[in-house]
Amino acid sequence: MGADPSPAATITPYPDGPYLIRGEFAVTDSEGNEVPLERRTIALCRCGKSRIRPFCDGTHKLIGFKAPSAPEPWPGD
Amino acid sequence: MAGRLIELPQPRGPLSEQLFAALEGAPGGLAAPSVESADPLADEDLQLALYVAYELHYTDISGVDACWEWDPSLLAFTAALERPFEAAVAELVQPAEAAELESVGEALQGIVAEDPGPPLSRYLEVQGTREQMLEQVVHRSAYQLKEADPHSWAIPRLGPAPKSALLEVQFDEYGGGNAERMHSVLFAKAMAGLGLDPTYGAYLDLWPAPTLAAVNLVTGFGLHRRRRGALVGHLAAFEMTSSIPNRRYGNALRRLGYGPEVTHFYDEHVEADAVHENIAAWDLAGGLARDEPEVAADILFGARALLQVEARWARHLMDSWEGPGTSLRSPLVPVAA
Repeated sequence: MGADPSPAATITPYPDGPYLIRGEFAVTDSEGNEVPLERRTIALCRCGKSRIRPFCDGTHKLIGFKAPSAPEPWPGD
Repeated sequence: MAGRLIELPQPRGPLSEQLFAALEGAPGGLAAPSVESADPLADEDLQLALYVAYELHYTDISGVDACWEWDPSLLAFTAALERPFEAAVAELVQPAEAAELESVGEALQGIVAEDPGPPLSRYLEVQGTREQMLEQVVHRSAYQLKEADPHSWAIPRLGPAPKSALLEVQFDEYGGGNAERMHSVLFAKAMAGLGLDPTYGAYLDLWPAPTLAAVNLVTGFGLHRRRRGALVGHLAAFEMTSSIPNRRYGNALRRLGYGPEVTHFYDEHVEADAVHENIAAWDLAGGLARDEPEVAADILFGARALLQVEARWARHLMDSWEGPGTSLRSPLVPVAA
């Protein structure tokens, strides 16, 4: 199945870095409260160590976080 | 805020004396100088003359005919200053390795991970004095009050993919459609909150050569289309080395008792540059390298040049603070307590 040519939003994991979210979207907490957004493109923490979660603050560089951009293969595949 | 206007600073030697005397007259007839400098990056006279020559592209200068900007004798004078500066920067930068050119984004990650600079932001976060923090802000105002402007010169020189990535970064730098959120405006607000003069160019006489050199580096990359790779690499490395130091500067200011009106610029950069650095490294720099492989090495040159020149600037501050002296050309007198 190919990608929708014009999805409302795209989520892109960057190499060894955060998820960047672009397009039309909202961020809410688990109770449905909307998280205010300061910019059109946002970076969500992928390493788990940001001090401003759910947003990225660059900490992944300090801890040597490694992750590819494309999906990782299943173990054994 | 009206258009920019600066005053001619005090000259620091024969080059700046010759240039400023000429600028006060009608455009034309500026003689090409003979430039001999043992250390162009630390040469007060050379860096100030180059800085003011470049400022013609950014701002009005009081009493100076704006036609000087493209006067052929001015351009020849500027080129005579640029040559030794470019050569000195090139001496600091190790050439790119062939393997690095295969993935510019990955190479940039490696380059910024080996930042050669001293731990200036950590020092200020933990133990810097109020006076030292204010000096750091005065130094940075040389660039931050025109933040993003020199990188915008890359826009018409890039293909669609890297151009789109650059605009994504620049739109956010320029406030996302809201002038009050423009990063240069946020910096001016922080300066005002610190009792400093936020007027563009107000501290020109106080900026020493290492500070001017850091701005001249990016202006030079920006004005020369042939250096578009270096300009893009400079932006990528700038963004990739920004979020963590800015968090530390924000913490330093909180420790010194300042509130959100001062720390907002720094806190904003933590989150903003965590976005920008990925776009700049992978979509902008990586995109340009895919479009134009022949400039890939210059992308990495620009990144390494930024880190080397910033390292010299940071060492200048920390060395100055070893004693009781100031890191500026003369002590700072805040406009308000």
